[in-house]
Amino acid sequence: MKLVEFAEIIENRPIADKIYLMKITCPKIAALSAAGQFVELYTGLGERILPRPISISEIDAIKGELTLIYQVVGNGTECFSRKNKGDLIKVLGPCGNGFKINNEIKKHIIAGGGIGVPPLVELCKNLEGDVSVFIGAKSSPILAEKFESLGAKVYVASDDGSAGFKGNVVELMDKMKPEGGMIYSCGPKIMLKFVAEWGEKNGIPVQVSMEERMACGIGACVGCAIKIKDSESENGWKHLKVCKDGPVFMGSEVLWNE
Amino acid sequence: MSNIKTSVAICGVEMKNPVTTASGTFGSGREYADFVDLNKLGAVTVKGVADKPWNGNNSPRIAEVYGGMLNSVGLQNPGADYFIENDVPFLRQFNTKIIVNICGHSIEEYCRAAERLSEADVDLFELNISCPNVSEGGITFGTVPAMAEKVVKEVKKYCKKPLIVKLTPNVTDITEIARAAVSGGADALSLINTLLGMKIDINKRKPVLYNKVGGFSGPAIKPVAVRMVYQVSKAVDVPIIGMGGICDYKDAIEFIMAGATMVAVGTANFMNPFATAEIVDGIESFMVENGIKDISDIRGIID
Repeated sequence: MKLVEFAEIIENRPIADKIYLMKITCPKIAALSAAGQFVELYTGLGERILPRPISISEIDAIKGELTLIYQVVGNGTECFSRKNKGDLIKVLGPCGNGFKINNEIKKHIIAGGGIGVPPLVELCKNLEGDVSVFIGAKSSPILAEKFESLGAKVYVASDDGSAGFKGNVVELMDKMKPEGGMIYSCGPKIMLKFVAEWGEKNGIPVQVSMEERMACGIGACVGCAIKIKDSESENGWKHLKVCKDGPVFMGSEVLWNE
Repeated sequence: MSNIKTSVAICGVEMKNPVTTASGTFGSGREYADFVDLNKLGAVTVKGVADKPWNGNNSPRIAEVYGGMLNSVGLQNPGADYFIENDVPFLRQFNTKIIVNICGHSIEEYCRAAERLSEADVDLFELNISCPNVSEGGITFGTVPAMAEKVVKEVKKYCKKPLIVKLTPNVTDITEIARAAVSGGADALSLINTLLGMKIDINKRKPVLYNKVGGFSGPAIKPVAVRMVYQVSKAVDVPIIGMGGICDYKDAIEFIMAGATMVAVGTANFMNPFATAEIVDGIESFMVENGIKDISDIRGIID
């Protein structure tokens, strides 16, 4: 079930360079949302016709609030960054499948990169047992303190060495050799590919949250196709929709070299 | 409300109102059922169906542009068998007509799909000879009058439902193609399909779409579509389903005044998932406010 609500903006402030945190009240959508899902935010601008898919960073179903953390990358997200407290914003959601959580697993590994880190916060809240969080960015990974406050063990990597380990998240995982029954990852596609390979090498299944340009967000336009391995089809793969079949897929299912 | 007549007929198939969906923007209706009571729509036009499953083009397939969007989906679809098994029973639960958009790479493929789908419990066919995103089946059939006539004539032989032919705007004179389709046996025409467009990422110095070019749709294309519906309605005598940038009831009324019997809502669904239902209501209110008793009273009133 998906809904449209006009959400009130409770908070909208920068938390890092070009990265904003927006907290909105949309009780019906919040009540249905789960970790790893996303919402479609409408710009309200006539000429920017498509909603923007934004991952849900935190869910407070009791207060009816969602926390969204987004990066300003173009006209649409720039428009969001100019919204003020008290403004209304049109939201459609919740979209997508979200992460699968198996309560029998008591040790977890989270790997996030860049603006892929936010949806892993709500996931982390929902995991039982020990959680090792690896976050990376070009220079300033976000939300380290957030994960620490949730009791996770946090490892930080940056490409230029300005924060934590100099290198990428997978190199840091190689160094720290974390243990776990499941890896959950969100970030740039190239990072997800390496995390998926790392998981395979170490015998740990990996859930990856994928991204693709989309229009409708609800499975109608078939714009956001990615290639998923399929032994039954002639060419060994099929196109699935990131918005509806995903965004979370098993790393082992994704055809990475396309 | 009750004494106004919104119903329209295309080739004997009666629709309760003139509003349908543009193929490829509404899935098979299921995707929008959370937002729209499908009983409200005159018809649902489903995403293109081929005789066998198609993979479509590589991603990225979507690019937003000023006042519209580009797509290069390339008619990805699960094929006629899947459609008949899964989507037809779903749609038949609702009091709405089913228009099936048919795609193919060759005359033979179109005919096979039409033959297979003729066995299905659907109301009308829409022959897609105008997709800009497939090299064969789109451009080749839709832009050359003699080819358009030939493919329509062949498909008609296998078709047990009335046939709407969907036209591309990417031609010098759309009335020539319209006449060719009608002389091939088209029972109705729908127009316009998307305009061929392109967007370049100036930082990456390459096109945004994997396919480089794609179909341009959305509010920005509406004037082109209204003009073409107007021209075609003057050139042929078959009913027209008008589409291209329709976002609200005013846009819909414009197309009807230009000569369309029905209108299809496309990209607006992405902008507002309630668009189709709101347009149905808006047309009714407009008729009441303006003392229009029958929707056909304003059809094609522009000289």
